[in-house]
Amino acid sequence: MASNVSSINAKNLSDKPVTAKDFKSDYHNDWCPGCGDFGILAAVQMALAELKLAPWRVAIFSGVGCSSKTPHFLKTYGIHTLHGRVVPFALGGKMANPEMEVVAVGGDGDGYGIGAGHFVHAGRRNVDLAYIVYNNEVYGLTKGQASPTLGLNQKPKSLPLPNTLEGINPLALALSAGYTFIARSYAYGTQHLKQTIMKAIQHKGMALVDVLQPCPTYNNLHDKEYFSSMVEIHGQKKPRLFQIESEGYDGAVKDPNNQDEINQKKKQAFEMAYYRGDQVPIGVFYQIDLPTYYERVAVAAPILNEQTPAAAPIADANGKPLTDVTHTYNSILV
Amino acid sequence: MANQNGKKNDFSWMIGGPQGTGVDSSATLFAHTCVGSGLWIFGKREYHSNIIGEHSYFQIHVSEKEVRSTIDPVHLLATFENTTAEIHAHELVSGGALIYDPKFTHPENLKIPKDVLLVPIDFDAVLLQIAQETGEDISKLVIMKNTIAVAASFALLEFDEDHVEKALGGIFTGRKAKLVPLNMLAARKAYSAVSQDVIKKFPYKLEPNPGTPKRLVLTGTVAVALGKLKAGCKFQTYYPITPASDESVYLEALPEYGMLVMQCEDEIASVEQSIAASIMGARAATSTSGPGFCLMAEGIGWAGMNEVPLVVMNYQRGGPATGLPTRHEQGDLFFAIHFAHGEFPRLVIAPADHSEYFYDSFEAFNYADRYQTPVIVLTDKHIGNNTQSIPPFDESKLKIDRGKMATQADLDRLALNGTFRRFAPSEDGISIRTIPGTKGGIFWMSGDEHNEVGNMDESAANRIIMHPKRMKKLETAKCEIPESEQVRFFGPEKADITVVTWGSPKGAILDAMPELEAKGIKVNMLQIHLIWPFPSEAVTRYLKNAKVVVGVEMNFTGQMCELVRRETGIQIMHRILKYNGRPISQTEIVNGISQIHKNKTEKVVLTSGL
Repeated sequence: MASNVSSINAKNLSDKPVTAKDFKSDYHNDWCPGCGDFGILAAVQMALAELKLAPWRVAIFSGVGCSSKTPHFLKTYGIHTLHGRVVPFALGGKMANPEMEVVAVGGDGDGYGIGAGHFVHAGRRNVDLAYIVYNNEVYGLTKGQASPTLGLNQKPKSLPLPNTLEGINPLALALSAGYTFIARSYAYGTQHLKQTIMKAIQHKGMALVDVLQPCPTYNNLHDKEYFSSMVEIHGQKKPRLFQIESEGYDGAVKDPNNQDEINQKKKQAFEMAYYRGDQVPIGVFYQIDLPTYYERVAVAAPILNEQTPAAAPIADANGKPLTDVTHTYNSILV
Repeated sequence: MANQNGKKNDFSWMIGGPQGTGVDSSATLFAHTCVGSGLWIFGKREYHSNIIGEHSYFQIHVSEKEVRSTIDPVHLLATFENTTAEIHAHELVSGGALIYDPKFTHPENLKIPKDVLLVPIDFDAVLLQIAQETGEDISKLVIMKNTIAVAASFALLEFDEDHVEKALGGIFTGRKAKLVPLNMLAARKAYSAVSQDVIKKFPYKLEPNPGTPKRLVLTGTVAVALGKLKAGCKFQTYYPITPASDESVYLEALPEYGMLVMQCEDEIASVEQSIAASIMGARAATSTSGPGFCLMAEGIGWAGMNEVPLVVMNYQRGGPATGLPTRHEQGDLFFAIHFAHGEFPRLVIAPADHSEYFYDSFEAFNYADRYQTPVIVLTDKHIGNNTQSIPPFDESKLKIDRGKMATQADLDRLALNGTFRRFAPSEDGISIRTIPGTKGGIFWMSGDEHNEVGNMDESAANRIIMHPKRMKKLETAKCEIPESEQVRFFGPEKADITVVTWGSPKGAILDAMPELEAKGIKVNMLQIHLIWPFPSEAVTRYLKNAKVVVGVEMNFTGQMCELVRRETGIQIMHRILKYNGRPISQTEIVNGISQIHKNKTEKVVLTSGL
């Protein structure tokens, strides 16, 4: 771990024991049977419980699509926004109230397609936010069109013709954009996914968890069977998914002031993001502890350390405004 | 000595030059000198979408009384380069004066009215003298040509140089205070460069108006910024755009108020960051202009659907597309009231002058909180960028109202299976609101149609509850907002002509009314201030017995005239319209109304301004 300091605010911890069940809403779930989203939902609920968070101190934001229905299935504050816009919403919410635990979820089309601009700029800000992307290579809710992560010439059953666009590499994109925690996990690798989500929430800064998520209805190329199959490497049977840390990989920058170390860790992360072979790497590709955006803006406006935008008192009991602008008036009084 | 119209202290001054050469600073010095001595000003700034080099100019109307617009004639044109003289000399009145640099400008080549007084000033010679006397590097003194032009103007006006010195002292403070004596040296040299003979021939004079209390000299964007600060807005977002970003940049420079100003990657993010901040309980706003406003449509629709308080300033500029990015228009009225797909309640208000920019920016947050919906403030480039002297704001009027916020009793009463009925129907359509992070207040939000707790619900039965519930808030707003905030009426009860307007033409109309009365045309004016929900009852009452109704607005089609007809059935038969990107002047209103009064003209299209 780059940082042993969890970014979780003590105010957000539950005063009584919580379990995954406390984070389950009773809202009817209409995902297809066998959808990888179920695995992610369960891992999110387990992660929130294991972090001992009070449900009412958590706000989950989502975009639009199958995966973006997630907030409705969670018993926390849930804000289901617009297609591609989960990041600006979540980021605005977190900046207004940095004391809340804010998590963003959405699909690959949502985050890497229509929301790609926001995805990139979120890296530049390093707001303390965990962003979980359910990556299934298709637009499920609109019946399986190619998403930005589907590779060139691939043809899942929902496509009439092979894909004519190159797929993007979300991990490499996040690395270029400045994300300070970049990880990949798998929807049905529940323990690994739960641990990864917990690390992302604990990370102080902008965290991406790209989750390989089978879409049983439209994507027959990368389904549950594909991810759980064994592959042959130099005559040896190995699982499709391999945890990079178990092979000695360490993505965490130990000294954020050491540019050589940063360069080395970024290079290694790029190489791992572009890993070619039958196996698919999962784990934490890169992590660095850098000041968050709120910390950066509070340098010029230290008052933000005492009063968050959401909690700052603005009026007295009679509604009289508390902001005294006299010195600014005086500068334009002639 | 009084001017040709027989009015003392009624004067129109213009300075021009390439962008980046200090035209704005000279205008500030001129304005502060006038206001500091008790006079009133309105200053119009015209500039290109360009950083350095294109022609820009500043025109200032000075008056003994409060003044809200410019007039077309120029009494004194000051410049130190030839382009300004070439473009603007023809606007001078006979008997006016041209201050120019004979090195660049040859008056015989200009289209210039007869009897314009020519006041050549060798700017470089003055600068050289200053350099020699002070030992300063002459190349660093070039900017002081502005001070020389301003001081020479005041010399002609026989306005004491002490007033200039006082203004300089107010402009250059702190570390810059050492610039006062240097600029005063330039000013004194300029005063002595204008001969007594020329001064005697110049018929226009300014006299100080001692005893006038101090006033604010500000642009509309600054008025909005101050209104937002007073309202307790703690979250402002923007993406750079002319002319709106002046407001955000001004706020960015005031971090001491704890307002987080977020410069975003685009206007989509701007509006959405603000919406989320508002959900979290902060008073939040975003400011933009036409093209950016277009990008905000989806987000504002979502805020309407999810009953999020949100304040959006749209500084209208010439459209469509990039249009006239640095010029004025009121073309977004229909766009604002029909903004985004589907139907949702939105309030649209149109402040019309610098004071209203302040008070309305403040009140917009109260409306947003009270009706839990987006409030669009239709500002524009004219007031946004232009400068006026106004009396200080009356803060005793200001009261913050956050609307229906949940108490613990509400949380207990409205809880449903441990969650909160955030969108519970109510008689007035407004539900009690909780803020994320509140114990017992858990709710959901969704752009999809949703039920009382905010979970998606596409059922027909739910839709016919929730859709009317939201729309009901518009009726509530219309009932609750006092009529004095819906419309404003000026002038005599009975008049020959009733002018209907909205937004920034108000100033020119108010300024023109006494002049029209002096010409024997009695005019009154109805300003429509609340644009949506439309104040149909008040508008009908004022217009139904009016003799002749004239709509005045800055667009091609007469959008407000059309809206009045749609909402009241009253057809406005006469229109004064303008769409050349330059604001309406007092002169144009006088001429336009006179023409309609005399000839019953249906449509007058105004074209003044360069």
